[in-house]
Amino acid sequence: MNPDTSPPMVEAVGLTKTFALPATTLFGKARSVTAAVDVSFRIPRGRTFGFVGESGSGKSTVAKMLLKLEAPSAGRLLVEGEDIFAQTPAEELAYRRKVQAVFQDPYGSLSPRMRADRIITEPLRAHGVSRREAEDRVPDLLRLVGLPPESARKYPHEFSGGQRQRLAIARALSVDPQLLVLDEPVSALDVSVRAQVLTLLREMQQRLGLTYLFIGHDLAVVRYLSDTVGVMYFGRMVELGPARLVLRHPAHPYTRRLVALAAGDAPLGAVRMQGELPNPLSPPSGCLFRTRCPYADATCAARLPEMRPVGPDHLAACHHHEAVAAGTKAETGPLLQEA
Amino acid sequence: MSATAEERPAGAGGLLGARLWRSGAGRPPLLATAICLLMVVAALGGGAIAPYVPDEADFTAILVPPAWAEGGSLAHLLGTDQLGRDMLSRLIAGARISLLTAGAAVLAGGTIGVTLGLAAGYLGGVVEAVIMRIVDAFLALPFILMALAFVAALGTGVGNIILVMVLTNWARYARLVRSEVVSIKKRDFVLLARVAGLRPWQIALRHILPNALTSILVLAVLDVGRAIILESSLSFLGVGIQPPDVSWGLALAEGRTYMTVAWWLTVWPGLAIVLAVMSFNALGDWMKAGFDPRGRL
Amino acid sequence: MTLPNEPLLVVRGLNIEFGPPERPVRAVADADLTLAPGEILGIAGESGSGKTTLCSAIMRTLPRSARVSGRVEFAGKELLSLSEREMARLRGRDLSMVLQNPMTSLDPLYTIGNQLEEVLRERRRGGAEVRPGGAVEVLRRVHLTAPELRVRQYPHQLSGGMRQRVLVGMATAAAPRLLIADEPTTALDASIQDEILILFRELRDTAGSAVVIVTHDLSAIRRLSDRVIIMYAGRIVEEGPTAEVFRAPRHPYTRALLGSLPRIEDEEVVLQPIPGQVPDLARLPPGCAFAARCPVALDACRAERPQESTVGERHRVFCWQAAAGGAA
Repeated sequence: MNPDTSPPMVEAVGLTKTFALPATTLFGKARSVTAAVDVSFRIPRGRTFGFVGESGSGKSTVAKMLLKLEAPSAGRLLVEGEDIFAQTPAEELAYRRKVQAVFQDPYGSLSPRMRADRIITEPLRAHGVSRREAEDRVPDLLRLVGLPPESARKYPHEFSGGQRQRLAIARALSVDPQLLVLDEPVSALDVSVRAQVLTLLREMQQRLGLTYLFIGHDLAVVRYLSDTVGVMYFGRMVELGPARLVLRHPAHPYTRRLVALAAGDAPLGAVRMQGELPNPLSPPSGCLFRTRCPYADATCAARLPEMRPVGPDHLAACHHHEAVAAGTKAETGPLLQEA
Repeated sequence: MSATAEERPAGAGGLLGARLWRSGAGRPPLLATAICLLMVVAALGGGAIAPYVPDEADFTAILVPPAWAEGGSLAHLLGTDQLGRDMLSRLIAGARISLLTAGAAVLAGGTIGVTLGLAAGYLGGVVEAVIMRIVDAFLALPFILMALAFVAALGTGVGNIILVMVLTNWARYARLVRSEVVSIKKRDFVLLARVAGLRPWQIALRHILPNALTSILVLAVLDVGRAIILESSLSFLGVGIQPPDVSWGLALAEGRTYMTVAWWLTVWPGLAIVLAVMSFNALGDWMKAGFDPRGRL
Repeated sequence: MTLPNEPLLVVRGLNIEFGPPERPVRAVADADLTLAPGEILGIAGESGSGKTTLCSAIMRTLPRSARVSGRVEFAGKELLSLSEREMARLRGRDLSMVLQNPMTSLDPLYTIGNQLEEVLRERRRGGAEVRPGGAVEVLRRVHLTAPELRVRQYPHQLSGGMRQRVLVGMATAAAPRLLIADEPTTALDASIQDEILILFRELRDTAGSAVVIVTHDLSAIRRLSDRVIIMYAGRIVEEGPTAEVFRAPRHPYTRALLGSLPRIEDEEVVLQPIPGQVPDLARLPPGCAFAARCPVALDACRAERPQESTVGERHRVFCWQAAAGGAA
């Protein structure tokens, strides 16, 4: 590791987010659902942090907090050492220029009634750049993402899915941000277009020195871009480490299954993931993964495993990872949630 | 590219008419559009098109039947009333009053309703709760009774009629706009506008309002028909437009006494009301089919 | 009844057009395919390739505006000329379908049990009584946990994966002879996808049903299907046994598609994007639709549409290069 003393681009410390649900009965107790618990990670400048997990794992909630679209219930989120939830309005505006986002749905993330040039210049205009000056930048931005400059006068519905995602990237890059939050940016795209957008994202990072928070469910895609990977399960981080280690030699049983499933060359049915995500309203005791984990035993139901080192820069939250790694842990089957 | 074409949101960008055409609403209702246009022309043209001054009595030509009936004359195409006033000219003048009051009411009520709905939907919380309770209260009142009560309290006159109509219609706009805003503000491009650093009012005006505009427009067109009925009803009951001003509802009330001897005094204004309301409704329904396939309005 | 070696489904010269006749959009052009009973066929392609339209034509669920020509024979019946009533009788019993979105395919107002029983009533053969507990049995067959509880639950109480299991259960309740699955796993998490694919294989193994799975997920096709069809811009470009096509793809598009998947080489993840874009179906070039993006295109490719050439047992490809034996 680089002995850099300056603060990392992003540092999350014990981030937690709970949503209150309306009570089901008139005088019932209001319930709450936990979307993310005690999530901690750091992203050095110019690097990519990949978030992996299934739907409902809380990875998008963390992204929304980094974009200040949601506020955390507990924990702190520091960007370049500054707590982003303790900002004055002026600081917030400056922060909005530093951080931009690209979302999954290339059809939903562009206003259908705005022309491409207005879409691209909108963030610039929001930061007080004059119309003339903003419009001067449009051809360069379009070329940067591989779109012909003539497309400035088209509406979103005149572009294909991949082109729209390029447009979304051009818009995000217009204010010269330092950090991009990429929430499943290629998941809705066709295979060949996905590859185009991924290479574009990698090229942008190298050229502009950007820092990425990349969210994906396709492990190969996450690995293509990421330096560090965090695996989320049901709101908690269960494994964290360098992408090569985590996605080649996973420590947590959940990551092990995901990696085996994604390998794709195993015959169908050779690797199975049992069960479903637990009910968020009544999460299991102890380890959250025990209802699907082949190695679960009484310890797992009794105690929540802490994140602990399993290798250099590599953390995992599993009571049994040594035995699992050594192949000496018996597969005693998942410990189902009491009904 | 059928697959990609299907993924496209219907009616994104482009001209309003072209978008409606493509969206599968079918051909526009030609007759209804023609009648609506005719009304607008009559209202704007007014005195210039009307063959006579609408409230000028001519005692040499009292209760002249329409031109094609026995005893009719080409000088008065649709006949004259009990004071010898030309029916065609009175209908044209009536169109002017109807459209003026309806248009003003829709514009004013729409503006108030849209503003409050936007505020309720976008700000949420206490603001939303307060506005929406008031909206519910207004929507729960039967509107003719409410209108009568207001006129009784405020007095008659064109200004007051418009005011009454605004009081009875703004809540519908507020409710529609609030529900639109609540769904639009969750969409990705609104979130991204926040990420881009736009202020809340900029987001409301640039992203949310334009996307709710088509629904508002449809409601407004449908509302014109409603407003015409309301104005005619009030005038018929004698609490709306007062003589010497001319209104279809008023003409209907005045012609009532002569119904057995001069059918044209009641049939023409009645027909005018029916055709105008049906045309605006047909036009609104057609727009609704194009803009809002789910039929939520 | 068809003989064992007689095909279950035969599609010949199928053309599907949309839009104004003077400027038609050909969503599917000259499609030929055969499917044997109990065979699993994968159809792969990107959006706009016509794979979904092709399936809708087989199910006769195309919008009215579509102009269809050609023949679709299912178990000896010409489907395109059947009346709507005869087609309705076929659908759901002999012919069934699973769609992409498990969130919108169930009615939120009725319990899972209600909806399953309705389907069972509708689809029972020869007036047999619906046995009580039939719904639970269907859910057990698709390995849904606690089926007795699920029949009393409403769709919103189930996760996406559970709902897709219910939908597969519904679609296969009457052991259809052909099941068409259109992107059945796209909306699901990775850990659930395989479980749904396994259901299709079980259906084939236990009921002898043939399955057509349409998806852009090449790995699903590779592991599930016996045979694969690759489509591009409305046309079939390659067809052959799955293992052979994935091991030695002959069409440059198939090769490019496989190359655009990320894979690990020497500790690095590599992928090769296909340059350019899918062409506009209303303005297709006279020759091969892929020529503009093809790394090995010849002059002939731009001038003339490639003819079918056989490159192995039941392996055919539409490419001048492959026909000439070049570009290996």
